[in-house]
Amino acid sequence: MTRAFRWLFPHPLLTVLLAVIWMLLQNELSAGMVVFGIILGIVITKTTAVWWPERPGNIRVGRMVVYCLIVLWDIMVANVEVAWIVLTKPNSKLRPAWIVVPLDLVQPEAITVLAGTITLTPGTVSADLSDEGHSLLVHVLHTDDPDAVRDDIKHRYERRLKEIFV
Amino acid sequence: MSMQIIGTYAVAVCLLLGAGFALVGTIGLLKFNDSMTRLHAPTKVGTIGIGSFLLASMIHSYVFSEGSFHELLIMGFLFVTAPISANFIAKVNIHKRSCDTPPMPPRDDTWSTLNVPLADRALETKAQE
Repeated sequence: MTRAFRWLFPHPLLTVLLAVIWMLLQNELSAGMVVFGIILGIVITKTTAVWWPERPGNIRVGRMVVYCLIVLWDIMVANVEVAWIVLTKPNSKLRPAWIVVPLDLVQPEAITVLAGTITLTPGTVSADLSDEGHSLLVHVLHTDDPDAVRDDIKHRYERRLKEIFV
Repeated sequence: MSMQIIGTYAVAVCLLLGAGFALVGTIGLLKFNDSMTRLHAPTKVGTIGIGSFLLASMIHSYVFSEGSFHELLIMGFLFVTAPISANFIAKVNIHKRSCDTPPMPPRDDTWSTLNVPLADRALETKAQE
């Protein structure tokens, strides 16, 4: 049974995602569309499975939803903060800085999500990864205390991602 | 009737908010004087500006016609692709050394953008001379 399931769904989450995207593209929620979306999800994942030989590890969906909500909230706060800096800080008082964040995460998917989150949230852009993938280079728009920003990233996002990608 | 009036005002507020944020993003792009700081304004402020426009479009379609959720898809793609383009621009800046030199990573040799493969090292020293 599990073998049949694995054969049919090499990447179950990708199948679900493709079906959802198909329904959003069609702009209607009907039984026919759901079935066709799932068929597309199976066919596309089956035909491209050759290039994705490794199955990504399991993720905890519940915690992922909580994480997404936190990040959405942070994005809104971040926008107001950056808009405030743009409008009120003169260039001479701006203190941009590079920050090196040592990574505890090892999965490529988790590091990608962390880098994306950093770019979308308060005044930080993730710029580069070290050659062996043990640290992340982050550029900060304005900060008085670079260490506090680094600890904030590690505590707020990386700790949660470690719990999501098990 | 009243539903339509509320909808109209909600759409107007969303459009104004979005336009305001997009304007601030553009001001930031023009105001800052270094390519790395310039990157910050459009990546973040632009995202929420476009987000508000899409929200306005969704409210309009639900109040005045059948409703659509294409906008969710646009927002999803935007949130996935915005960090990647920002990352590419940052990498170009590091590669061309048009910004402050970043500090070296603690555990590894160098940043992946600055890492030159062994086979190309001779070429690079030749190019620098």
